[in-house]
Amino acid sequence: MKILVCISKTPDTTAKIAFTDNNTKFAEAGIQFIINPYDEWYALVRAIELKEANPDTQVHLINVGGPDADPIIRKALALGGDEAIRINANGNDSYYIAAQIAEVAKQNSYDLILTGKETIDYNGSSVGGMLAELLDLPFVSLATKVDLNGTTCTVNREIEGGEEVNEVTLPVVISCGKGVAEQRIPNMRGIMGARSKPLKVVEPQAIDPLTTIVSFELPPAKAGVKLVSPDHPEELVRLLHEEAKLF
Amino acid sequence: MPVLVFLDQSEGQVKKNSIEAASYAAKVAELAGTTAEGIILGSIPTGLAELGVYGLKKIHTLKQETLDHFDAQIFAKVIAEAVSVIGAKIIVFSNNVNGKAIAPRLSAHLKAGLVMGAIDLPVTTDGFVVKKSLFSGKAFANVSIKTEIKIITLNHNSYKVIKGEGAAEISELSVQVDRAKVSVIAVNKITGEVPLAEAELVISGGRGLKGPENWHLVTDLAKALGAATACSRAVADVDWRPHHEHVGQTGLTIAPNLYFAIGISGAIQHLAGVNRSKVIVVINKDPEAPFFKAADYGIVGDAFEVMPKIIDEVKRLKGL
Repeated sequence: MKILVCISKTPDTTAKIAFTDNNTKFAEAGIQFIINPYDEWYALVRAIELKEANPDTQVHLINVGGPDADPIIRKALALGGDEAIRINANGNDSYYIAAQIAEVAKQNSYDLILTGKETIDYNGSSVGGMLAELLDLPFVSLATKVDLNGTTCTVNREIEGGEEVNEVTLPVVISCGKGVAEQRIPNMRGIMGARSKPLKVVEPQAIDPLTTIVSFELPPAKAGVKLVSPDHPEELVRLLHEEAKLF
Repeated sequence: MPVLVFLDQSEGQVKKNSIEAASYAAKVAELAGTTAEGIILGSIPTGLAELGVYGLKKIHTLKQETLDHFDAQIFAKVIAEAVSVIGAKIIVFSNNVNGKAIAPRLSAHLKAGLVMGAIDLPVTTDGFVVKKSLFSGKAFANVSIKTEIKIITLNHNSYKVIKGEGAAEISELSVQVDRAKVSVIAVNKITGEVPLAEAELVISGGRGLKGPENWHLVTDLAKALGAATACSRAVADVDWRPHHEHVGQTGLTIAPNLYFAIGISGAIQHLAGVNRSKVIVVINKDPEAPFFKAADYGIVGDAFEVMPKIIDEVKRLKGL
């Protein structure tokens, strides 16, 4: 069994969002970067759990990024990935990223490809689906549970107001959300071992992105909270009814 | 070259977020000097032609029982063929569960540039630029699509539905449908409640409510308003409320018209799930609670004292 986990580098969840260069670049100064939480907590940890249940399993990690992504890749290796591939390119077009990953994935026959359900920065939710299409594989999105029984995979996926249980024969691409696994913290043995695990850097293919980001914006500042006295809570109801016209 | 919108359905009804997408598609078509058409796969809901009121001139149907079960691969392939038959150059989806699964596949299939989570109409003064939400609504990006065919998924509650008059012409598609590789073996829906993801009004509780026995302060207000109920992660983690109610970074991201938070401090991870809400109301006894900075209205006070009065006032106003 070979599992590929796609990992992305994102700013920490508490990072201050600001832009530079005339609002064309994310302000990286002072920002701590992490593995995208959906990729790490759910996709990667589930892959590791599947390996623990079946030691014949290999867990490969893939990232599209520059050398500055190496620390987060090492952390993913410390959590339990066996080896990693970094495609040495920067891009924020999902198709460009998916197509780069697809080129590498085609050369290895993966049984299971896991991604996070989205990155917490671009909220794209699209690399997994694109990758599945480029590899002509089925895709189950927004998974909350992933179980393997031989060559069959049972996946619970989020739907409006509930969950749907899907069954699919491997190979398959699955995007993972909360419920798939529980966050883990790498132990010292994992951290030491990660240093000697292979991290292969490959050069990107010539692929044209389909979109470009022209500029970034921050939302207009809120006018500020209108406080109502706790002695007259009915005034709040009046404001919501008459001013905000919510009901 | 019409604008094509995917009409996602559930239990014989076109989903509310697809109606928003349809209305958006109609406006996009109007700006491009063309018309909007819909596509619906599987069983045909009754009264489909009535969606003409949202500006759809035509709705393409493909009635096949197998399409009543969702498989993104099959859906994307069928839609790709329909796009070429219809000659559509702009395709719109709701950024809902199924839109998030199909649109990326369709994008890769057609090599068509994709913007996921659009929050506004495209600007075409210089190319084709769509504004999308980033960092769960804490920022936006203006994204230029450079390909001939363009795909947009619309964030829900980002575009106000415009209702006019008219009926859509129903047209049957003839497209070969492959066998699905994903089979649906069970659907577990929570019934009898307003689905949180689509709710316009949401009442939410946090640890400040002290225990599940006090949740009537949330549910009574929700019931009076016809609102959905939600909770913070801390509350779901201790099982006071079910996990499907958890909103925030790792839970559900929602954008209702009203998010009414009771006893939630407003940690940044929680805000990530709700800060696209149009109006945020915060009830908290701690004046320093960070949630007040993101709120539109608030009361610094004890929820156990103010909530019963609020519920009574809403009931009075609603004649309940």
